[in-house]
Amino acid sequence: MNERLFGIHGAALTLRSQRMGVIASNIANAATPGYKARDIDFNAALDARLARAHGASSASPDAGMVWRRPTMPSLDGNTVELNREQVAFAENAVAYSATLSFVQGKVNTITRALKGE
Amino acid sequence: MTMSDRQPMTLFSLTTRAMSAQMVRMNAATSNLANAGSVSSTEEGAYRPIRAVFAVELDRASGLAGVTSSGLVRAETAPTKRHDPSHPLADRDGYVFESPVDETAEMVEIMESARQYQNLVQALQTAKQLMLETLRSQ
Repeated sequence: MNERLFGIHGAALTLRSQRMGVIASNIANAATPGYKARDIDFNAALDARLARAHGASSASPDAGMVWRRPTMPSLDGNTVELNREQVAFAENAVAYSATLSFVQGKVNTITRALKGE
Repeated sequence: MTMSDRQPMTLFSLTTRAMSAQMVRMNAATSNLANAGSVSSTEEGAYRPIRAVFAVELDRASGLAGVTSSGLVRAETAPTKRHDPSHPLADRDGYVFESPVDETAEMVEIMESARQYQNLVQALQTAKQLMLETLRSQ
């Protein structure tokens, strides 16, 4: 039902909010020795999620999780680069907003159809 | 420390904890700065710089990785031994022991901590705004 109504946008919104958490974790651990920054490969994760929705059980739930490759590794093993995380966070926030307005638009359309306007 | 005995981690608790960790770090650096140049008559009595140690705090339920300051560590650096017989705290041989605080390093530590605190606040603001937008869109 969810998927028929919203297309990929339902899954995309959940993923975007998950990715926001992952990047916030990176920002929080910017000074933790040995912390390895992670990210979600959005395309891979979305594919896996849609495949799961279509009944393919082989797709693992943490598909699309990737480790960040640091441009310049630091001595304490921490791979967070704050500038990159900030950009990723901003980009993800804008994408979240966009997805949200797609969902909103769909809801408006359905509401209008139901009201018979 | 595990998260199992507490509420599941959210973006809000994640940033709150990270901000507290940065505060601990900044307080440690400020203490070091305050004690820069303090002098003792014994080597053991001299102030040693302290550092906050951070550790990852993984919450399996939400997949979020928080940060916690797992304690303060005292640096092993030896105090600077200085010959100053006129100093009231000088020992029998005329030496005083000065705390080995690198003021520049502490300033850098404070600036870095402030920057990261700022980043966390910004991330929190954006996340909050998006959540509100999602709520309002119904």
